[in-house]
Amino acid sequence: MNDAAADIRPVLEARNVSKVFMTATHEVKALNAVSLTVSRGECLAIVGESGSGKTTFANMLLGIYPPSTGELFLDGDLLPARRTLPLRRAIQLVQQNPLSSLNPRRTVGASLRLALDVHDIGDREGRKTRIGGLLEEVGLPADFADRYPSALSGGQRQRVAIARALACEPEILVLDEPTSALDVLVQARVLQLLDELRHRRNLTYVFITHDLGVVRNIADRVSVFERGNLVEQAGTEEIFERPANAYTRSLIGAIPIITDDEEALRKKVMEKNSAG
Amino acid sequence: MRRIFYILLSNPLSVIGLVLVGTVVFSAVFADFIAPFPSHRGAVVDFSNFNQPPHWPNIFGTDLVGRDVFSRILYAYRISLILGVVVLAIAVPIGVTVGLAAGYLGGWTEFCLMRLTDVFLSIPPLVLAMSVMGLLEPTLTNGMLAVTTMWWPWYARLVYNVTRSEAQEGYVLAAEIIGASRLHVMFREILPNCVPSIVTKMTLDLGFVILIASSLSFLGLGVQAPTPDLGSMVAEGGNYLPDSWWLTVFPSLAILIAVFGFNLLGDAFRQVLGSDQ
Repeated sequence: MNDAAADIRPVLEARNVSKVFMTATHEVKALNAVSLTVSRGECLAIVGESGSGKTTFANMLLGIYPPSTGELFLDGDLLPARRTLPLRRAIQLVQQNPLSSLNPRRTVGASLRLALDVHDIGDREGRKTRIGGLLEEVGLPADFADRYPSALSGGQRQRVAIARALACEPEILVLDEPTSALDVLVQARVLQLLDELRHRRNLTYVFITHDLGVVRNIADRVSVFERGNLVEQAGTEEIFERPANAYTRSLIGAIPIITDDEEALRKKVMEKNSAG
Repeated sequence: MRRIFYILLSNPLSVIGLVLVGTVVFSAVFADFIAPFPSHRGAVVDFSNFNQPPHWPNIFGTDLVGRDVFSRILYAYRISLILGVVVLAIAVPIGVTVGLAAGYLGGWTEFCLMRLTDVFLSIPPLVLAMSVMGLLEPTLTNGMLAVTTMWWPWYARLVYNVTRSEAQEGYVLAAEIIGASRLHVMFREILPNCVPSIVTKMTLDLGFVILIASSLSFLGLGVQAPTPDLGSMVAEGGNYLPDSWWLTVFPSLAILIAVFGFNLLGDAFRQVLGSDQ
């Protein structure tokens, strides 16, 4: 989308990262020697069907478990198996399902405040204002801080989840299918919000998805995973126009077809909506 | 909160439960004002009026030393409720902490804590309480201790199961990714989601604790004379059945009302708080 914003220096690098899970009877190779880099300010989409290893990769980025072999680097520094608080803060997550990602028994404000408290961001009084500011940044009124998640719609909850991730002031956001639990109109608005935030805050996105339509809207580059292997990596335009790999072609072939005329019409409608 | 009250009042069974529990609690708290003979809670003797069937002013009759059965039941309720509340106030925090730690931390912590819980659960409750009471002096404090020893594992088991399923929820992962401490995740994130189950069980258990405490004192291992206790009143009166039936029937009914009331209310809570999520 905006290649000029992308810094040359990789903010994130994976070198020969593999992950093997042990079950009672045999080993399952979830990820096989994946190497990739993500530049600052870039949105890298990781696509693949379920079981392709994309979630395993995301979990290792987040430090939920370490790679079996290989290394991950943040700003050129090796990411250790046990993450310190500043390293946790640097890589944050937006989950797929906003119904379960917010605690039903804590207010929106309390959920956001946790991030500020844990990382000691701002002074005690300043945190309340900051929470309001975060909510406004994701397009919600500041007084939503006193509400419980049950009083919010799916799209609003996902905006709160995004605000919570932003509260940590991360460098990298891992977006794990952030729009697939939302209906189509809400999906488009949340994607637009994510795109704005990326440019405003110079964030780096690792966007995990199986929805190639979404990829086209937001990603700069695409990495295609198939059964634990990185099978293709290229710019978004290139992937869609000249997919080199057979698996990539079959994924693209599975997108519901929209003709160019329909696509043009859709853009006009979107602009109208966002204007009004 | 108002909604919960509304749902409670729309179900006839929970209304009955509320009324029964309300009566029991009211009698216990205001025993001093309701009881026609407040002094009969202690060692009072009135041989001019002993072993009398129900009549005015002794509406539940009098016992073998001439004390008013009705007054003694009111004070027995007070003892039973204090015992129930104290037992739960000790057993619930212990059980909840054990359950949360085992369910969330997993691994060896889970193995050790839950096997310990299983050991306690495998001993029949009354036998466990009796052996504790046998080792110690049969007093009210030791009675509470005995019942507490057998009660916390049930909360450990309950909270463990809820925690195991809550730990799979996204909000736990979210807190972990943010970098929250384990204590925060356990007590501030997961615990609030266990509260409905805990409250429901506590309401049900108040009835059962009263029943167990009565059983213990029925066996002579609980509250000692002259302090009034429902279980020992039943045990004592049982020797004079069927002639002096009021000595047994009224305290038994009192136990029944308390247990029944707390059960109905607990069931009502289960429905209301269950549908809350």
